[in-house]
Parts: sequence; C-alpha cells; structure tokens
Amino acid sequence: MSGTSSLHWLIGRLDLSSLPILPALANPTPSEIVAAVAALMVILGGLGVAVLITWRGWWTSLWRDWLTSTDHKRIGIMYIVLALVMMVRGVLEGVVMRAQQAAGLDGGFLSDGHFAELFSTHGTIMIFFVAMPFIAGLINYVMPLQIGARDVSFPMLNQVSLALTAIGAALVMISLVLGKFSTGGWPAYPPYTGIAFNPGEGPDYWIWSVAIAGLGSTLSGLNFVVTIFKERAPGMKLFDMPLFTWTVLCTAIIMVFAMPPLTVATLTLALDRYLDFHFYTNDLGGNMMNYVNLFWLFGHPEVYLLILPAFGIFSEVISTFSGKCLYGYKSLVYATMVISVLSFTVWLHHFFTMGQSAHVNAAFGVASMFIAVPTGVKVYDWMATMFRGRIRLTVPMIYATGFLTLFVIGGLTGVMLANPTISYQVHNTLFLVAHFHNVIIPGVLFGLLAGYHYWFPKAFGFRLNERWGAISALFWITGFAFTFFPLYVLGLMGMPRRSASYVDPSFEPLTWVAMFGAALIFCALATLLIQLRVSIRDRAQTQVPLGDPWDGRTLEWSIPSPPPEYNFAIVPRVVGRDAFAEAKERGQGYPKPAGYEDIEMPRNTMLGMVVLIGGTALGLALVWYIWWLAVLSLVVMIGAFIAKSFVPEPHRIIPATEVAAAHEAWLAAIAKASPVTRAQETSAENRGLAALEMPEGAA
Amino acid sequence: MSKHDTIHPGLNLGEHHGAAHDKAEIGAFGFWIFLMSDLIIFGLMFALYVTMQNPMGQAGGPGPKELFDLTSALIQTMLLLVSSLSFGLASLALRHHRSRAELTFWLALTLLLGLAFLSFEARDFAAMFAADAGPSRSGFLSAFFGLVPLHGLHVASGCLWLLIMLIQIRTLGLSDLVKSRLLKLGLFWHFLDIVWIGIFSIVYLGGLA
Ligand code: HEM
Ligand SMILES: [Cu+2]
Repeated sequence: MSGTSSLHWLIGRLDLSSLPILPALANPTPSEIVAAVAALMVILGGLGVAVLITWRGWWTSLWRDWLTSTDHKRIGIMYIVLALVMMVRGVLEGVVMRAQQAAGLDGGFLSDGHFAELFSTHGTIMIFFVAMPFIAGLINYVMPLQIGARDVSFPMLNQVSLALTAIGAALVMISLVLGKFSTGGWPAYPPYTGIAFNPGEGPDYWIWSVAIAGLGSTLSGLNFVVTIFKERAPGMKLFDMPLFTWTVLCTAIIMVFAMPPLTVATLTLALDRYLDFHFYTNDLGGNMMNYVNLFWLFGHPEVYLLILPAFGIFSEVISTFSGKCLYGYKSLVYATMVISVLSFTVWLHHFFTMGQSAHVNAAFGVASMFIAVPTGVKVYDWMATMFRGRIRLTVPMIYATGFLTLFVIGGLTGVMLANPTISYQVHNTLFLVAHFHNVIIPGVLFGLLAGYHYWFPKAFGFRLNERWGAISALFWITGFAFTFFPLYVLGLMGMPRRSASYVDPSFEPLTWVAMFGAALIFCALATLLIQLRVSIRDRAQTQVPLGDPWDGRTLEWSIPSPPPEYNFAIVPRVVGRDAFAEAKERGQGYPKPAGYEDIEMPRNTMLGMVVLIGGTALGLALVWYIWWLAVLSLVVMIGAFIAKSFVPEPHRIIPATEVAAAHEAWLAAIAKASPVTRAQETSAENRGLAALEMPEGAA
Repeated sequence: MSKHDTIHPGLNLGEHHGAAHDKAEIGAFGFWIFLMSDLIIFGLMFALYVTMQNPMGQAGGPGPKELFDLTSALIQTMLLLVSSLSFGLASLALRHHRSRAELTFWLALTLLLGLAFLSFEARDFAAMFAADAGPSRSGFLSAFFGLVPLHGLHVASGCLWLLIMLIQIRTLGLSDLVKSRLLKLGLFWHFLDIVWIGIFSIVYLGGLA
C-alpha cells in the first residue's frame, strides 16, 4: 500500500500502460501497430539526431552558436527547423487519415479513438507548430533586416518565446511516446474535453502544449510590434516600410490582442479539469458556449494572423520577380489594416448552428463577407504588379501563381460558408475541411514555402536547387487539388468531417481520388527534403556571397549573404520606399562608408534553455499529476529570471576595425564581380550582384 | 531615435536623466503593449463573470448578496488607492533625484499596503470557503474565483517585484536599468489599481446593487 502510494507521489498517474509499445505487443491490431511505429519513429529520430551530433562533434557549436544565441537570425532559423520537423509529422498524419477514409467504407484500419487522436494532433500541430513557428521564423529573420535594424528590441525575450513554442511542440511529440493526445479536435470543445467525459491525460496534453506555445506567440507579437515602431533605420517612415513588414506589424498586433482569449480559454478549461471549477461543465451552472466564443475570439483572428504574413511574402516575391515596384502599395497597406480589424468581428461564423438568433447570424455573416473586399483588392494589386513586368518563373513565383488561382477558389467557398443558410447545410462536413485547407495550403503554406525559397540564399549564402524546387512546387499544387477538391463534393454529398468510417458506398470513389492526392502531397514533401539535400551538396555552384541574387528591392538584399551578426556595418539612411532598388538605380547601391563605429551586441544567455527544460518538465508534470516536479520546475524558472535580473545586462563590443575589415572586403569583392542579368539569375554565374535593368522605364 | 523628444505615455524620468531616460523608452513602450494584452485577459474574465452572474450560473448556490462583504471590499479599495498614491510619490522621488531613503520609504510603504490588501482579500476568500462557497459550488463562483484572485495574483507578483526592486536599489544602485524597471513597475501597479476599480464596481457594487 505505502509502496504504491509513494510511487504515485513520485510519478503521478504515469504507469507502464502509458507506453504505446506495450499495448501494441499485447494486442497487435493495425491501429495499435501504427501508434507503436509512430512512437518508435519519435524515439529513433531523437536518438538518431543525438548520435549524429555526437559523431560530428557538433554539441559545443550547437550550444554556443544556436541554443544560447540571442541573434534574431539564428532564432529565426531555429523556428523554421522546428516547423519543418513538425510539418513532416503533420503531413504524414494527414496522409494516414486520407488512407483511413479511403479504406473507411464499413471499417478501415484505425480505431475510432486513434483516428480522433490523429485529426486532433494534426490540426493542433499544423496550426500551432508548423504555421506559427514557420511564420515567427521568417518574421524573425527578415523583418529586422527589412527595416535596417541590428536586432529585435528584446533579444532575450525573443529567445524565451522560441523556447515556449518549442515546449509546446515537445509536449505533442512526447504524447506519442507517453500516453495519448486529446481526441477533442484542434479547438478541444468542452464538455467533451472536460474531466467528466475525458479524465485521461489527452486533453491535458492539448491544454498545456497550446497554452505554453500561445504565451510564446503573445510575447513574440509584443517584440515585433516594438521592433517595428522603435528600431526602424533613420528616415524610414511607416509608409516607406516594405509590404512584408507592414503585414508583420498587423499580424503582431493581432498576436497581442488575439492570443489572450486562447490563454483564457485554455487556462479556464484547465481550472475545470484540475481544480473542480465549473466554467464549462454540464452541471452546476457551467456554460460551454462561453468556451466556444472564447476559442474563436482567438481562432478567427488567428487565421488572419497566419495569412497576412503570407500576403506580405507574396507581395515581395511578385514585385521582385516581376522587376517592378508593387502596384497599389497604399491600397495593399490599407487592405491589410482593414482585414486585421475585421478579423476581430467575425468569430461567430464558426458556430452559426449553435443557437444564436437569426439576426446575430446575419450580422456576423455580412461581416464575414466583407473580408472578401480588401482581399479582392489585394489579388488585383498582385496581378497588376505582374502586368507588363519582367516575370521570371522561379520557384517562389510558381508558388505565387498557384496561390493566386487556388486561393481565390478557397476564398469564394469562404464567402459561401459566410452565408448562415449555406452553413446550416454543410457545416461539419468535408466541405468545410476542403474550404479551410484550400485557404491554408495555397495561402499560408505556399506563402511560407515561397518565402523559404526566396530568403534561403540570404540566410545561408547559396541558392536552393531550382529543378527540385519546381518539381516539389508542382507536386504541392497538383497534390493539393487532387486531395481537397473531391472533399468539396463529398461534403455536399453529406459526408461528415472527423469520421473514421462511413456506410454510404457512394462516398468511396472520391475518397480514393483524395488518397491519390495525398500521395502526391507526400511526394511534394519528399522532394522538398530532397531539394534541401541536393542544394547543400551542390552549394559550391550556387554561392551568392555578394547578397543580392534576385535583384531585390528592399534593405535585406543590400548586405552580404549570410549577413554578419550585426546585420548592417553602417545603419542605412532611408529615403522613400524600396530603398535598395532606388539606391541601385542611382548607382549608389554599395556606398563606401565615411567611417565605422564599435557595435554593441547582446551576449549569449542560457535563459531560453532553462525555460525550455523547466517548461517541458512543468508541462509533463501537470499532464501526469507529478506535483513535486511541477512546483520544482516553476520555482527554478522563476528563480532563474530573478537571478538574471541581478546581473546587469551583458553586452559585447565588436570593434570598429573588425567591422571595417569585413565590410571593406565585401565591397572589394563587389567591385571585382561582374553583375548578372535576370536571364542568368538561376545559373552558376549569379554570385549575388545584379545588373541594372529597368523594365519600368522601358515599358 | 532622436535624442531630445523622447516621451512616452505614462511616467517619464525626464530629460535630466539623460541616457536612462532615452533607454527606458523602448522598455516602457513594450511594457504598455504587455499591459494591453493583459487587459484583454481581464476583460474576458469580466465577460465570463458577467455572463455567469445569474440564477442559472449560480445553480441554486449562494449569490453576491449572501457572500460579499462590502466593508472589506471598501477597505481593500482604499488600501490599493493609497498604495498607488505612495507609488506615485516614489516615482516623483525618483524623477527629482530626492534621497534614496525617501524613494525606498515610499516603495516600502507601497509594498506594505499591497500586502495588507492581499491579507484582507485572503481573509474574504477564506470566509467564502468556510461558507461552502468555493469555486466548485457553481459556475458563478468559478467565474468569481477566476477573476478576483487573478487580480490578487497580479498584486502578489507586484509585491514580489517591489521586494526585488528594494533589494536591487541597494545592490545595483540607481542604475539606468533599475530606473527603467521602476518605471515599468509603476505602470504595472497603477494598472492593477484600475483593474481593481473595475472589480469593485462590477463585482461588488454591481453584485450588491
Ligand atoms: C499537407 C497536407 C494535408 C493533408 C493531407 C491534410 C489532411 C487532413 C485531414 C484528412 C483532416 C481530417 C478531416 C476530417 O475531419 O475528416 C485534416 C484536418 C485538419 N487539418 Fe489538415 N491536412 C493537410 C495540411 C494541413 C495544413 C497545412 C494545415 C494548417 C496549417 C491543416 C490544418 C488542419 C486542421 C486545423 C484540421 C482540423 C482538425 C480538427 O478536425 O480538429 N492541415 N487535415
Ligand atoms: Cu473564421
């Protein structure tokens, strides 16, 4: 008796049956085997990475150059690595789900519970641990460079935000090995996720991974807002900012205001589950509609938070690869602002069928349709930018064209869904699943991938392989179409979402088409990874150290690739929009500075790692009721922050001579290099110095 | 960027603090944004409370009239308001380079008032628990215990922060960093006062009206 209770004290409700490998051995159904294989993949993957790092002797540099770094560029790259790793899992889960539904007539190979776990982890991962970190990563990398800043305003906080996001991702990954994740979908509605229906660890995993990562996003948003308002290079007015930075500003403001509802929703649900509160229970005066409102008060702004930076990326990509300044810059800015504001006024369209009056539904329906107006303005602006441009169909442009065509379709089905009467017919069917994937894959994901290809040479000093990139992009586009267009039809035929199996044989053929699409998407992911591998192998032929491979228009292209840690040897003075393009046209793209100054940079700090380890321990402790560990990790983290505050903020000085040497060497290399025209852009000759071509003048 | 016209809403150190004044600006701006975000959290907790303060939410359990002690709430209000005054005097002492003893005195007084507030609040909560009116009793009480102690938790962290600042004024001296932290703590403290005014009006006065 005392033996078990002291063990319980030590490891909470954790026990051997929490390991999915064991049930798989005891009861080897296909469902259990899939779960066990997934768990093994996590364990082996983790071990494999650890072995590789040890074998190559990378631990010191990993620690010194990355994990403890406060450099916004390195933090950005780490965010994107995290997003790509999680994307592999998210896509695989999507493919498994499509396979299940293809085989799902009267059965399939997965248990209902396992299928529910799959769509819950898939949705949670794709939103919080793929899209969000990918965006945070690109913003971190690019935005300070675009505004001519040396770093974000709060570098240490930036590191902590990354740690908080990583904790969430770690918890979702650990849930494959220890216990089970939630089955409540990505919004985790109570009372289904309440303690009465779901006493297990699943919803707790969801709560803590999302709550902790959400806190990280709030802090990132804060950091980005302050950086944009306070760190712009002298002379850069708000309406001189590149469009990507504008969208970042709007997204960051959304983060500051839309993440708190998520924090409230998750933590109040936790109070219900842990401390017997009754916010959302069926009994004693709980009201689950409050949760639904809170969740979507976050959830709808969230989708605009995701899409706006993608719009920004497409704006940069389309303008650069058309060799023109952006058409209707101001209208794009105002459209972005209008979308940001409207995004807070439409949350109710996610639950038209949940009991409000027709008047309320009508108001929110109309508000939702309004969003199509500024978005339509943007689409025309992008097309007008391409009109008579010097268009090059590089990989980012392939994504951009895929985006323009497919996204408009997704937007139109969105307008359909904004009509409450239609929503009543198709809510909770695959029509909805088709709609939101139709905006989120061609919109957000293509945008992020376009940005990844566009800025990769900036970050690493060599270009990605064009051929494999194009293959992958075409796989994404066709794969998307084959996977999700059939779902519109299935939805109209009445096939419910989130169902592991069905009995109507007429659903079957289209689920097979969708399965084929999912196989194409799998190829898209595989070719994307192959492209990375090939590009690294052949990097000798694609070096662009001079920094401007695409004849860029904004400040990030005016510095070497990869940039020095202080970004700008001399903080630029900005006059007007498209600062770098203007300077190049005036023949002053690479001015020789009058003199150099010492540069003060923040030192490395371990705070992020303390938070990462402490926070992961805290999350696990809460999920498994290991109270001593929860208290311990909380005390350690708070203690670390307090201790840190007693050490005056440490800085490191980079001497002017060092800055001068590096900068002069780069200028000398530019003087020697021969510029390439746009026609040679993807050839080995492109070392990152662009020849002056002015299609606008010619047209 | 410009050296001369740095001003931000709320408390400023003033030009005569030189670099400290300029450096504090970015931090103070960031802190304002944090407060805005935090205010949304409070706003939503208020919304939950308001939607649950009705017979359905009370689920047959006790309501405001049976539970709230207006005298105690009034005392708490006064304690917080006076603590805001004393923090204001601390800010003035900082801004006008008064003696460090004076600054420390006003901060310590603020800390004491904060602790007094917390002890009154804790006493009220204990009384409610004793009357079997904890958060488990009803949705209404859940919302109450989600909102009011959240403010209490903020005040408690404010007190911890005050304590740390009192130590840092001794160990680090009135460095630029310490000054800028005092500014932010000031914003935080007055913010909590404003939230409390909301609680007093909506929860206590509104509930007993
Ligand atoms: C890349 C290929 C993808 C495939 C094959 C895929 C497939 C699926 C499938 C089969 C479902 C379940 C549908 C159902 O309820 O019956 C689903 C749900 C979902 N997916 Fe995807 N998806 C993909 C990408 C994405 C991306 C990029 C995102 C977001 C960034 C995303 C977000 C979601 C969300 C939020 C859900 C809803 C989860 C829930 O029901 O709670 N998916 N997806
Ligand atoms: Cu929405």
